[in-house]
Amino acid sequence: MPNLTDLLILLPELYLTAAACLLLLLDAFIRPEQRNVLHWLSLAVVLVAIYLVVANQPPFPVTAYGGMFVRDGVAEILKVFALLCTALVFVYARPYLADRKLYVGEFYTLAIFATLGVMLLVSAGNLVMVYLGLELLTLSSYALVALNRDSAQSSEAAIKYFVLGALASGMLLYGMSMVYGATGTLALAQLHGAAAHTAMPNLLVFGLIFVIVGIGFKLGAAPFHMWIPDVYQGSPTAVTVFIGSAPKLAAFGMAYRLLETGLGDLAPHWQQMLAALAVLSLAIGNLVAIVQSNLKRLLAYSTISHMGYLLLGLVNAGPEGYAAAMFYAISYALMSTAAFGVILALARAGFECEEIDDFKGLNQRSPWLAFLMMLAMFSLAGVPPLFGFFAKLLVLQAAIHAGMLWLAIVGAVFAIVGLYYYLRVVKVMYFDKPVEGSEVRVQPDAGLRVLLSVNALVLLALGLYWGPLLGWCRAAFPG
Amino acid sequence: MIDPNLFQLVCFYAFAAVTVAAALAVITLKNSVHAVLALVLTFFSAACVWLLAEAEFLAIALIVVYVGAVMVLFLFVVMMLDINQEQVREGFIRFLPVGIVVALVMLAEMLALIGVRAMRAVSMGPNPAEAAGLSNTAWLGRALYTDYLLPFEVAALILTVGVVAAVALTLRKRRGVRHQDAGEQVRVDPRSRIRIVKMDAVRAQAPAPKEPQA
Repeated sequence: MPNLTDLLILLPELYLTAAACLLLLLDAFIRPEQRNVLHWLSLAVVLVAIYLVVANQPPFPVTAYGGMFVRDGVAEILKVFALLCTALVFVYARPYLADRKLYVGEFYTLAIFATLGVMLLVSAGNLVMVYLGLELLTLSSYALVALNRDSAQSSEAAIKYFVLGALASGMLLYGMSMVYGATGTLALAQLHGAAAHTAMPNLLVFGLIFVIVGIGFKLGAAPFHMWIPDVYQGSPTAVTVFIGSAPKLAAFGMAYRLLETGLGDLAPHWQQMLAALAVLSLAIGNLVAIVQSNLKRLLAYSTISHMGYLLLGLVNAGPEGYAAAMFYAISYALMSTAAFGVILALARAGFECEEIDDFKGLNQRSPWLAFLMMLAMFSLAGVPPLFGFFAKLLVLQAAIHAGMLWLAIVGAVFAIVGLYYYLRVVKVMYFDKPVEGSEVRVQPDAGLRVLLSVNALVLLALGLYWGPLLGWCRAAFPG
Repeated sequence: MIDPNLFQLVCFYAFAAVTVAAALAVITLKNSVHAVLALVLTFFSAACVWLLAEAEFLAIALIVVYVGAVMVLFLFVVMMLDINQEQVREGFIRFLPVGIVVALVMLAEMLALIGVRAMRAVSMGPNPAEAAGLSNTAWLGRALYTDYLLPFEVAALILTVGVVAAVALTLRKRRGVRHQDAGEQVRVDPRSRIRIVKMDAVRAQAPAPKEPQA
């Protein structure tokens, strides 16, 4: 039976639920010109949630509701960074939304509900909780993508996202039902033991395949990546920046919970499958990104390749690999918010600033933004001494330690291929002449400017001083 | 006398066959109204399978909620959409061979993996409700509100998000649309509708007598 201790363990989630519902109510009573109140309140809600996660720490790992909900180091770190990303998104998104009549309360409520889904997903201790957390996250994301109803592109992206997402959820559920059929338990912790001596090992592996397909869809790993480019390009940039950050942390959390906590005994099976997914993602993501002319689409393909690197860490199937993969997920979330943040800072009413040509000669017009974009691009490419370099180094190291040298070599080769298209953006900014008649107007929003600068500089700072973060990641996965 | 276990097995295969056949009909029938009716049959026979598994409450809920309410709604929507049947089915014959090949390959793989073993598999475990000495519904309620309380609440959250999303995506204020505003109608003040004009009584003047023709 659940009791008060269970509720205390669940405090951050309960608080966020209540706050989201209150914001929803407040939105109904507020006048459109007072939306700023809602913006600041939402921001405060997310920041307080971070405080609650950090401050209210029971001794780890602790479970609530009979093992349904787990709080451990992995969940805590992922939650803090997911909430942080959401707060960044709120600040970055406001001028963009205000310019496009999208400055509505639903954006904030849906984003908070999506973040709540992330938090429940990374804390899931049961297959049912994994599925429900995922649905809460994705359902909110579909609605966010479709928020701009007047844009045919957004609607198309939302429909594609919805149909493929529903298909992926179906696959995942089918796999889970097979796993349940083979082991007779839904709890991930019990699954771990039951998987070893099941009467139907074939059925279990059959279920595992579908679970991996589901995870592949949610990560956006090739060959389940088809939705990523259209959704990234089609959604309003303010929503793209959200989809590119917190849900990636959730996808890592989901993969960890399902594959390690639940099906860890089947690691020899899923290691091979993940290695195949990783190679395909690296190849497709990096090669197709080269020919893109739209920056949002380019970043979408770059996401696919980054998910390939994340999988390199998971392939290791040991504490070192999980720590590397989590470090990678965090670094990717921060780099992607910075890159999309620059696009948001340059976009204005009637001008999306999403073509690479729009960045021509940015250095002459706004040297600081060009510098920030350069930091983001170099970090995504994995140039030392930036954050992305160490993240890549760690996952490659994890793959080598797993005895998959060939996989690490593939990863390193495609990192060089990837360098080309990131450098192209930098070259366009620094060495091309600005297009006549176009002028760069940076959004005057002070919060956006300051936080974007901090975000991009953090990429540099964490590249130089990455010890503590890596220490936390390693501590979260005790051997 | 027929063996009850055998009878149960025969019933299971009969219901399962009807379920699969009806599900196939849903995606192959040309007329979408017929497809919805086939879906009703699918749900109904699935409910029968659940009854065999001693999940009475779920079976009844499936019939009441899905067959009774959701499918009727589906029928209404399908009838209102008035889809042109010819256009929808255009690619069907062309892609049919490919589809059949894929389906057969998948079926063969699934049978190879699980089907053959499933024949030898043990039957379902003991009914937990019976073991606890409770009725099916009582046991389900107890499991739902104690062991599975948290997932139950999260499912409620998902429904909330569904409502928010539906409202956010469909509610828009249009100008120039003629519609009734009930609040406005209730708040109406007689004085704004009827203007009572006070004026002096005036005797209607008799029409001027016609001039006699000259």
